[in-house]
Amino acid sequence: MTATGAPTGLTQGSRTKGGIGESTLRPDGVLKVTGEFAYASDMWHEDMLWGQILRSTVAHAEIVSVDTGEALATPGVYAVMTYDDLPTDVRHYGLEIRDTPVLAHGKVRHHGEPVAIVAADHPETARRAAAKIKVEYRELPLVTDEASATAPDAVLVHEHRTDRHAPHVPHPNIVHRQPIVRGDAGAAAGRADVIVTGDYHFGMQDQAFLGPESGLAVPGEDGGVDLYVATQWLHSDLRQIAPVLGLPEDKVRMTLSGVGGAFGGREDLSMQIHACLLALRTGKPVKIVYNRFESFFGHVHRHPARLHYEHGATRDGRLTHVKCRIVLDGGAYASASPAVVGNAASLSVGPYVCEDVDIEALALYSNNPPCGAMRGFGAVQACFAYEAQMDKVAKELGLDPVEFRRINAMEQGTPMPTGQPVDSPAPVAELLRRVKAMPMPPERQWESSRGADVRQLPGGLSNTTHGEGVVRGVGYAVGIKNVGFSEGFDDYSTARVRLEVAGGRPLVTVHTAMAEVGQGGVTVHAQIARTELGVAEVVIRPADTRVGSAGSTSASRQTYVTGGAVKHACELVRERVLETGRRKLGSHHPAWATAELLLEGGKVVTDGGEVLADLADVLEDEAVEAEEEWRHRPTEPFDPRTGQGNGHVQYSFAAHRAVVEVDTELGLVKVIELACAQDVGKALNPLSVVGQIQGGTVQGLGIAVMEEIVVDPVTAKVGNPSFTDYLLPTILDTPALPVDVLELADDHAPYGLRGVGEAPTLSSTPAVLAAVRDATGLALDRTPVRPEHLTGTASQDPPGGARNVTSSAPPGASAKSRSARGT
Amino acid sequence: MRVNLTVNGRPQEADDVWEGESLLYVLRERMGLPGSKNACEQGECGSCTVRLDGVPVCSCLVAAGQAEGREVVTVEGLAEYARQRAAGRTPGAPEARAGESASLDAARRWQAGGTDSQTGENIELAPIQQAFLDAGAVQCGFCTPGLLVAADEMLERNPDPADEDIREALSGNLCRCTGYEKIMDAVRLAAARRSEGATT
Repeated sequence: MTATGAPTGLTQGSRTKGGIGESTLRPDGVLKVTGEFAYASDMWHEDMLWGQILRSTVAHAEIVSVDTGEALATPGVYAVMTYDDLPTDVRHYGLEIRDTPVLAHGKVRHHGEPVAIVAADHPETARRAAAKIKVEYRELPLVTDEASATAPDAVLVHEHRTDRHAPHVPHPNIVHRQPIVRGDAGAAAGRADVIVTGDYHFGMQDQAFLGPESGLAVPGEDGGVDLYVATQWLHSDLRQIAPVLGLPEDKVRMTLSGVGGAFGGREDLSMQIHACLLALRTGKPVKIVYNRFESFFGHVHRHPARLHYEHGATRDGRLTHVKCRIVLDGGAYASASPAVVGNAASLSVGPYVCEDVDIEALALYSNNPPCGAMRGFGAVQACFAYEAQMDKVAKELGLDPVEFRRINAMEQGTPMPTGQPVDSPAPVAELLRRVKAMPMPPERQWESSRGADVRQLPGGLSNTTHGEGVVRGVGYAVGIKNVGFSEGFDDYSTARVRLEVAGGRPLVTVHTAMAEVGQGGVTVHAQIARTELGVAEVVIRPADTRVGSAGSTSASRQTYVTGGAVKHACELVRERVLETGRRKLGSHHPAWATAELLLEGGKVVTDGGEVLADLADVLEDEAVEAEEEWRHRPTEPFDPRTGQGNGHVQYSFAAHRAVVEVDTELGLVKVIELACAQDVGKALNPLSVVGQIQGGTVQGLGIAVMEEIVVDPVTAKVGNPSFTDYLLPTILDTPALPVDVLELADDHAPYGLRGVGEAPTLSSTPAVLAAVRDATGLALDRTPVRPEHLTGTASQDPPGGARNVTSSAPPGASAKSRSARGT
Repeated sequence: MRVNLTVNGRPQEADDVWEGESLLYVLRERMGLPGSKNACEQGECGSCTVRLDGVPVCSCLVAAGQAEGREVVTVEGLAEYARQRAAGRTPGAPEARAGESASLDAARRWQAGGTDSQTGENIELAPIQQAFLDAGAVQCGFCTPGLLVAADEMLERNPDPADEDIREALSGNLCRCTGYEKIMDAVRLAAARRSEGATT
């Protein structure tokens, strides 16, 4: 029998024309609101077992011994596997650098590293059996920050590196380093009337997608395995999984299950190999579902960063130079660190004109949790710092912060620090103008005839203030993000499109391996097919590895690249349909030979609107199908010494205005409004575009005032792996989010579109921070900002992170709130 | 142990339930109703929200045994629940649920409205479900079942909510994709459609 919950094709009805530019509704929407949409954790199979992973309890240690005897003897347990049970010599995986052990061997390098796996007939049995595995550790010295990573006697996190970055790094505990030198920053500093420096600290953010890592592996009769899983890139998973299992790639058949959000956190493997190993070992289907605690250990996070900046400007408000040094903590394994470094370096100046720059970005290996992809990676950390700097310089010059940004805003044609000119619209000044022009939310909006509505005040229902001590602030920020994979990566996608007549009506089937993670790619593919082929009814086949790679659902790239592939395949299908029509019916009407022909409304029409034939008559019982790879313009690597090179294919811009109110006595922040203006080139689905912008905006709000994985600087252990202690914005923490969408076409991209998903995550955070600075007058050089930073009660931040897990409710808060209420 | 409860109007029975299993686990893994979601299993995210004797609860925090003999409504039964409410019946009203299973007749009425689960067409949705679709409040959709149950219950109590009422009622339901604005739109839309329906 087949697995229950295996995805089926999604059909969207034919009520609307539903082409690009319309806000058509999601084809999976009805299934999602009725509870019938099958997420990876909903998969079920007769006789299936439950897998469980045992993870390290320490951050850096030698494994002295592993005793699985008691676990294996537990009734209901079918298998226990350790490193020694791996079937081949390929025992590591990784996105670019294969440095991550499938199961730890001899050593663990971070808190929560997988050591052993168990399969049992009940999830609780599997959990308890895993707990019975005895692992003896001998702890090793820790690498937790740049000082401990590069000290002369530093412990090496990875000995014997052979990856392609190893020959270019100044120390083996540096994964990758990218300098960018352009012009002469030292000489330019001599022209500066003001020079402003700053040191900034960006905390570790979690993707916190709601659907936990899950999947079901079903052993096949041919010795292969069928894997149903929630991921961002099926073919990248496949390339890493198959060699570990000792199987050819065609015997690892992957199908995308329902994905409950991703945001970068599913770019690396999690439970995929473990489930397959247990299924092949036991001969039974194995399901693994992380709980939330495990999810915090089971995927990489956003790199925390230390950033040092120096900006210079002339009295008339022009930037003279920028120097910066960005140190990202990559944690124990490389994951996406090299690409994060490339983005951080190349986007470190922001969307501004500056000819003289001296930039260095690097990522460390450490014993902290591994960090990798998260929405806007590299660019998010940099934007937080350069926008803080822009405000500081403006203040130093006595200029309005928006005016100062306008003076320095890049335009189409402006060269990046890498020397690459921005060759499509770059409406930086216009986006700022638009957010500034939006009406301001009313003052003291919480006041009514019935008194204060505390739900609209800092502290909310904790009833900490009725307006006393509350100060409003306003802040602005703008950012630049690259779209698509960069630095010479062969960034392609594949689409298979089929047109046939079924039941007398034309029907298009679109098959790609694109991971729909919630962003709405499936909606857009159907719209593209309708626009290109003029057919109302479109079936989107489930994503699987029976079709070529679609690349990753990341880097804001899927509408561009897989959308481009679908468009291209549709164009091929259209040509073939028209050829068929000319062959069969060409003698009936001269326009077949002379006119520009289109497919519209299920018919072949001339560009003048004359109907030549029904598709049903052209095709009869013939199906026309095309499968093609499609690529955007190639990029090139950055020079390893100067950072020069056309490394990116497209840039995306967003600006935010934040309005906040701060209870200055308690250090509580309420964001009142977070307005965004973004250029999207062309909104293929305006409803989805606005949804992406608002979602990204609130993830930026989260890192501004709430979200941080707290890693103990002494033990490198994670202190808050739960939604109780890792604070996500709720609907009460979230303000109104007005959005202004610009559509300035990028002539190089399909339909002129611009990747949307990431840019709003960049400028949101610095805008909120700027607003809090405006309200409080404090410098605030770290994010997230917590109550103790606003009340002057924070002690010096320890290196590597924060101290206080319960930072959102400082010890004094409750007592103070009582006194506030009494006044 | 054996657990008997009424789910979406139908008597359900689960055998060999381990005492530590949650209502969420029994619904998802033993009764074939995976619509209620398992995002945190700590009572923090609301994705597993169901109604237990009419009251919205995190089903991950309810031991399965605590649900013995009680009425549960999940997202899978929301459309029918709303339909009965609109028809003036009181699904899960106190007099009908005191420890007794629903009658066979009542159970028949709870048969799912649609049959075409692949396309979703021909399925009658609750107004709040339709509003979530129309407003673009669904992205990955993992939070959606819990939000729908919570929002439907809030509108039952408060048909004309102010924005702050909506935010307060849904503050126990995390969403990571949407930034909540379109969820606000959806609830406002459902309330507006209901008041339009009431006045016309």
